[in-house]
Amino acid sequence: MGALAPYASCGDIWTNPPNLRREQRLLELRHEAERHGRVTAGGIRPRGAPFPMASPDTGYYGIPLLKQHPWTWEIPLYFFVGGAAGAAAVVGAIAHYTGADPKLVRDARWIAAAGAVISPALLVSDLGRPERFLNVLRVFKLRSPMSVGVWTLLGFSGGAAAAAFAGFMRDRYGPSLPLRVLENAGQAASLAFGLPFSNYTGVLIGATSIPVWNANAGNLPLHFGASGASAAVGLLELMGHHKNRALQAIGLGAAIIECWEGWRIESRELSGLDPLKHGTSGTLLRAGGALSGPVPAVLRALSMATSKERSRSLRRWASVSAVAGSLLTRMAWLHAGHVSARDWRQPLEIP
Amino acid sequence: MTTTAFLTDSTLCIGCKACEVACKEWNGVAEDGLEWSGFSYDNAGAVGHSTWRHVKFVEHSPEPGFGGNAPELSSWGFSSDVCKHCENAGCLEACPTGSIVRTEFGGVYIQPDICNGCGYCVVSCPFGVVERNPDDGRAFKCTFCYDRQKAGLVPACAKACPTESIKFGGIGELQAKAHDRVAELERRGMTDAVLYDAAGTGVGGTHAMFILRGDPRSYNLPPRPEVPTVHLKKAWTSSVLAAGLLLTGSLLAFLTLPERKT
Repeated sequence: MGALAPYASCGDIWTNPPNLRREQRLLELRHEAERHGRVTAGGIRPRGAPFPMASPDTGYYGIPLLKQHPWTWEIPLYFFVGGAAGAAAVVGAIAHYTGADPKLVRDARWIAAAGAVISPALLVSDLGRPERFLNVLRVFKLRSPMSVGVWTLLGFSGGAAAAAFAGFMRDRYGPSLPLRVLENAGQAASLAFGLPFSNYTGVLIGATSIPVWNANAGNLPLHFGASGASAAVGLLELMGHHKNRALQAIGLGAAIIECWEGWRIESRELSGLDPLKHGTSGTLLRAGGALSGPVPAVLRALSMATSKERSRSLRRWASVSAVAGSLLTRMAWLHAGHVSARDWRQPLEIP
Repeated sequence: MTTTAFLTDSTLCIGCKACEVACKEWNGVAEDGLEWSGFSYDNAGAVGHSTWRHVKFVEHSPEPGFGGNAPELSSWGFSSDVCKHCENAGCLEACPTGSIVRTEFGGVYIQPDICNGCGYCVVSCPFGVVERNPDDGRAFKCTFCYDRQKAGLVPACAKACPTESIKFGGIGELQAKAHDRVAELERRGMTDAVLYDAAGTGVGGTHAMFILRGDPRSYNLPPRPEVPTVHLKKAWTSSVLAAGLLLTGSLLAFLTLPERKT
């Protein structure tokens, strides 16, 4: 007993205390189990071997520190719908102010109005307690992107719905002063709120604790804004405005920004960006990126340089690609958020 | 009203989990399964919606001189984890309903009658504490026993702790106590004792401090926690840039490329 003699009087467990030799043997067994996935020593068949240990190199048993976002399919769809609707409202208002085709203005307003109705429905249905959705209107918090976003959505929805409704009534029953006031006010509101509404979701996920999101906080809003504009233009073109040159230019600009965003992600060497490059989320993001950036950019450029017939088909494919790319991009980012939160190494700064 | 805090001293913790039980009993928190994890004696894994106090088990390899009580014994690290009640709290900043508030005792409290379960606090906590209860729909975490504190009582976990590993008191007093304790442990040869209170990080200090031995990362404590609001400036800058580009781009496009008359 030697060194342990003073403890001998403490009780029975000290008659047979753990000693260094046995502890070391146990550790050897654990290392063996770790290396081979099994232990060969006689009589030892631990269930669930090898035994994990917590350490500065392996973290706390690889249990993720961060919690994953609890959002379901409604949220990526909301990001897509909101982005497209916000950008459509802006494009529609500018088209109106510059005296473009009234049919384009009307269709843009309808996209915005549809988004104004669908967006809140998606948000409410994702809440843990949907019946309490009005609680977000208790406060306005400038430092909470969710709060700013909800109020932006409220302003946008009201404006976009009013503009579309007034336009519809005017077309049906003829112009009148109240309708004109409503239409102009609604359009102005949908323009003012549509600008932040088309990209704030980038701020929403950028300013969080999820490593892959906050590592991109400075470019997500531009990325999402371009994605929204791309989707809005694509939808308008698919609604029959496939000859409009201004839409072509906006679509091309958005696709070029998306190319740049993709290049930015691919060129940055940062372990926190792994979910954007590997696995399901990486594949999704790359597919979404290709459909949002290079594919429509090339198709649009080609459509401007070829014959009329081919041009129309190329442009239609560019529109389809842009819309699909935008939806896929939002799904990829939310999926990457899950993967990033599960990566226990990131917040512990373990390479 | 004094600002209060927890000081959890892992060198005194015996891993009995009385704090977990007391917390669940007082707060009526549901049980969270009876699954064996295989991770030492830790079967809860982490704090979450149904675990507001959580004892972590960190086993050390036998190393002469490292044992707490006898040089030949290997030492175990137990540390009772809890919501950090940050000075700059990510969840509180993010909450869009104003459900999450700072109490008069300095703690961060989710008002359960207001939370609508949006889940934004979940991704805004740099310590992964807040979690949405899938059955209930709302987010939950340690309340700092706001009800008990209101009645002048000590939080349930601190009250139940049999070794006073969990200390509760005024924050200034506990900070002084923590520094004294670390110095004392160092004098006694435990030179790896550290105080973890996230001071000097974006979180700006916590109302739940921890005395640990060794690297806090073995206890799943991040070396540099950051309140997510630090990303707001660059994110909104990018948002303004995106909005500006959309506005000017659309204006330019419609002004310079009017529709061809057919």
